[in-house]
Formats: sequence, C-alpha cells, structure tokens
Amino acid sequence: MKRWIGPLVPPLIAVFAALLVGAGFILTVGQDPIAVYGAMASGVFGSAYGWGQVLFKATPLVFSGLAVVLGFRAGLFNIGAEGQAMMGSFVMGVTGAWLAPRLPGIAVMGVASAAGIATGAAYAAIPGVLKARFGAHEVINTIMLNFVAAALINYFGHAAFVHETVHTPELPPAAMLTRLGAWWPPLQGSPVNLSLGLAALACVVVGLLLWRTPFGYELRATGMNPGAAEYGGTRVPAVWVKTMALSGALSALVGVNFVLGYKGYFESGFTSGVGFLGIAVALLGRTHPIGIVLAAFFFGALSQGGLVINSLVPKELVDILQAIVILMAIVSHETVERWMRKRS
Amino acid sequence: MDAEALVIGESLGLLFAAFVAQTVRISVPYAYGAMGCTFSERGGVINIAAEGIFLHAALAYTLAAYFTGSAWLGVLAAVAAGSATGALHALVTVTFRADQITSGLGINLLAVGLTRFVLKAVFHSSSNSAHVAGLAPWNIPVLSSLPGLGPLFETPLVLVAVAVVVFSWWLLFRTPFGLRLRSVGEHPEAAATLGLDVSRLRYAGVLLSGAVCGLGGAWLASDQRSFTDQMSAGRGYIALAAMIVGKWNPVGAALACLLFGAAESLQIRLQGAAIPNEFLQMLPYVVTMLVLAGAIGRAHPPAAVGKPYDPESHG
Repeated sequence: MKRWIGPLVPPLIAVFAALLVGAGFILTVGQDPIAVYGAMASGVFGSAYGWGQVLFKATPLVFSGLAVVLGFRAGLFNIGAEGQAMMGSFVMGVTGAWLAPRLPGIAVMGVASAAGIATGAAYAAIPGVLKARFGAHEVINTIMLNFVAAALINYFGHAAFVHETVHTPELPPAAMLTRLGAWWPPLQGSPVNLSLGLAALACVVVGLLLWRTPFGYELRATGMNPGAAEYGGTRVPAVWVKTMALSGALSALVGVNFVLGYKGYFESGFTSGVGFLGIAVALLGRTHPIGIVLAAFFFGALSQGGLVINSLVPKELVDILQAIVILMAIVSHETVERWMRKRS
Repeated sequence: MDAEALVIGESLGLLFAAFVAQTVRISVPYAYGAMGCTFSERGGVINIAAEGIFLHAALAYTLAAYFTGSAWLGVLAAVAAGSATGALHALVTVTFRADQITSGLGINLLAVGLTRFVLKAVFHSSSNSAHVAGLAPWNIPVLSSLPGLGPLFETPLVLVAVAVVVFSWWLLFRTPFGLRLRSVGEHPEAAATLGLDVSRLRYAGVLLSGAVCGLGGAWLASDQRSFTDQMSAGRGYIALAAMIVGKWNPVGAALACLLFGAAESLQIRLQGAAIPNEFLQMLPYVVTMLVLAGAIGRAHPPAAVGKPYDPESHG
C-alpha cells in the first residue's frame, strides 16, 4: 500500500458511513437519497458562486482546525477554539471600529488583527497556565471559558455594540480585505476574500513550525510522551502554555474572515460552532495541515449543501451528517489502527 | 411585636420561600445531569454529552406526550431516549475504545441536528413543537400547603430529583455494584484481575448516566409543556461543572447545583441591580475553574477516567 493511501482510509470510511446514515434520514422524510445527494453536489459545485461559498465557509474551519491540530500534536485538547475565536474577533471588531476614523485602512486592518490575535492567544493561555501550574485539565477549563467568553462579550457589549444591536460599528470598505470577486467576476456575490490566502499561509506556517523548527520538535515530543520529553530537556509546562497561546492565536484568525473580510463588524454569536467543527476538521484531516485543507473543504461544502437541499429535506440533515462523520472518524481511526497493529 | 413588624416579617419570609423555590426549580435539571455524569465518570468514561442527552430526552418526552397524551409515558420515553444516547456513547467509547471527549462532542452536535430535523418533520416548525401535557401535581399532605414552598413539593420531577440524588449516593457508596463501578473507574486492570467485567460495568455506568440525564430532559419539556430548539441551553455543561465542583460525589454535586441555581435565581431577582448579570452568569464556570486549580479544595477525578480499557494490551 502506498504511504499516502493508508491515512485516507479511516476518513473515507467515516464520510461514506455518514452518507449512508444520512440516506436513512432522507428516506424517512420520503425523499430519494441519490436525488438529494445529487442535487446537493450539483447545487454546490455547479456554479462559481457555489465554489466561492464553499471556500468562504471552509476558511474559518481551516483556522479552527489548525488551532485544534496544534493542541493535539502537543497532547492538548483545545475545546475552547470557539471562545478564543469569539474573544479575538470581538477585540478585532472593537479595535477596528475605534481606529477606523483615525488611521488609513491598511493600518486599521493590521492593528485590529494584531489586537484580536493577541487576545485570542492570551485567552487560550489561561487554560495553558492552569494546566502547567496547577495540573488542571484543559478540556474542562476550555469548555468553561467558552461560556465565560460569551458572558464577557455580553457585558462589554453594552458599551461596545451599536445601540439596540449585538454588533460593533461597521468598518469602512477601505479597512476591509479585498473580496476575490473583485478580481474574478464569476465569484461576485460570494464573500470569499483574501482570508483564504491567509488560511493557506497558516497551513504552511503550522506545517513548518511542527516539522522544521526546534519548538515544533519539542511540541511533538511533548505530545507523544511528556515524561520522555521532560527527561530529554524539554520544559513541558512551557510548551503547554506556548502551544495553547498559538492555538488561541489561530482561533482568533476566524475573526479576520468574518470581521475584516465579510461583515466589517463583530456580531454576537457569529462563530456558531466553528470551534467545535474545528475539532471535526482536525480529526477528519488526521491532524495534518494538508488533511485540514481537505476536511475544511468537505465541511464547507456540506454546510453550503444544506442550504441547497432545504426545499427537499430539512437542512439539519447536514448537522446530522457532520456529527456522524465525527463519531465514525474516531471509531474507524481506532479500529483501523488496531487492525494494523494486529497484522504487523 | 407590633402588627406592622409581623407583616414585614411574614412578607420577607414569603420572599425567601419564593427565592428558595425558584433556586430548587432551576437546580432540578442540573441535578439530573450531574448525577448522570457522575455515574459515567465514576465508571471511567468522561461524559460531556449531558447537553445532547437533555435534548434527545426532551424531544422524546414531547413526542410521546403528544402522540399518547400521557405525560408519564413521556417521562418513560425520555428515559429510554437518554439510555439510547448513553448506549451510543458506550458503543463508541467502550466497545470501539474511541476518544470519550470527542464522542461526547459528536453526540451534542448530533442532538442539535437530529432534534431540529425531527421538529421540522413532525411539527413543521424550526423553533418549537405543539403544546403537550405536563405532569399533574401530586397532592402531599402538609407539604403541599406550605406557603411559598407548596408548589415545589407538588411537582413530581422535583421530588424524583431529590430521590435520585439520595439513590445515587447510596448506589455508588453503599452497594457492591457501586464499589465495582468505582473500581473500574479507578483502576480497571486491577478490577479485571479480580474477575470483574470492565466493559460491562462501564456500559452500566454510561447507560445509567443516560437514563438519569434523560429525566433532566423530561423535566425541561414537561415544565415548559413543549419542546423548543436547543432548549437545553448549556444546562448540560453546567451539570458537568456541578459534578466537578461536587468532586464526583452525588451529595456534593447536588449542593453545587443548588449554588448555581441560587446564582441564577439572584440574577433573575436582582436584574443587574447589585451585581452585573453577566458576572452571576459566569459564576458556575469560574467556580469550576477555581476548584480544578485547587483554589477551593482539590478535586480528584477518578484515576482512570478518559482512558479506554483495552484488555489485549494488558493480557
């Protein structure tokens, strides 16, 4: 078996099994699964606009997927990408709106992104420090911090949001990222923007960081065996804190796509599960940057597909498919690994 | 004491009774969720799926009550749906030994999608079901006529919650089953050496967890007399927090539920007058983080929680 085929088996099993279960649900509402899946595929990929939408929806998933991957590689389970993305994007929106009348557009974008990324990193560092210092499990703390983030944004939103809305003031077009439709007209109407390039760049940077830097080596060593890494001279608690901070920074990039690339403001609740889907993306993408791109594209297509088939089947079919993919991904991964171990 | 002081005293008493009643009612779903999670985690399986189980069970209650007209069949359906969801979690984590946290997250996502799907297919609405029957009040002598607190003692699922807390403590700490369940959560290899069936006990813990969480879902739907989209609203995670703050002990967890319920009740009463609402909202989460960090007494999870048990690797 070629080296790259093996890792593809569990994700493909997961996707196939999800489609099979989904077919059952389609049948219960009296529709033909093949027709529904066919309509989904042609509706999504039949036009440049559809492709644009998929890429737009895949962009934040690449960021949150990478955030989760970085944690996984260091043996950390960051369930807090959602809260980190919220906090980072909120600060991005607030900073951008405050700077917009004072600085040129490009500087607004730069400073607002930097402020948001720093916030995401700092917010994610909290569970990192709690683990490093007190041994508190990051899973529970990141879950708790997701809710704390929502409450904090509600609180500061009283001052920061436009009256009687739940969003920050809108940025002028000069302070926003170029949409790809401006360069290639068929994409017009879709908000896919330069953040897509940033997502590609983030994949390359995370790949280089993990496999081409001393810190990446320490990070992976910590993930494989913290005891051995410590023995080998790695300061494991420091790796935890730094990894969480980097993971939070990546989560905050979700805001670049939405705040600077799409709406021009932060809006309460816009993340709507992007952090949790990031976990799905990380698992389906086998915690590898290339896998992340493929998995984010798949989930992007799926969520666009839901809108296309809504007249035939409730679009929530897509949420069910996503969940089954997650469950089947971990089951098939575990089963295939066990089978390989037995054979060798 | 003059008459005026007596009147003030009486109305303060009633105000306090109303506060207590509200606190208890808010705590009910937390208590079911926390007891449920405790069974699972004591057996060594992390269960962050209370949120999803609440949703499945609440919908099952609503469907059964809608189609049969019987609220108690609704409760039965909720327990069945909770157990079925628990069975799914056990299948993924015990049989296939896949990651417990991810399985819980997957189930929570599944529940949001699945309940919306069914809501649309059955009730043709994306937000709420039809109105269904609630549980008829129980008339308990003396208790039901207590001023302010009476309605509390008349509500069946409130009383059942109290019973479940006591039962959970008894089952975990006073029965051979409880001892065995705890042993597979602490040290499955040792338990297996003693001849215990680790997988079977873990299945029992997770199924029990689903059934008890299912009662929480039944409470949500029966109290509101309908199902609404995402009606669990994060309560499953507060239940998880209560379990941790209560240090994996049913009685401690129940007290944590009351603490969280009281914070929420205050929030409703004060309306941000003394403390901003958002800070009261954060209380359960911040307290949990403090407990985990050892600031309010160290919380020790069961030693083997989160680790799949693989009999082959231990021969």
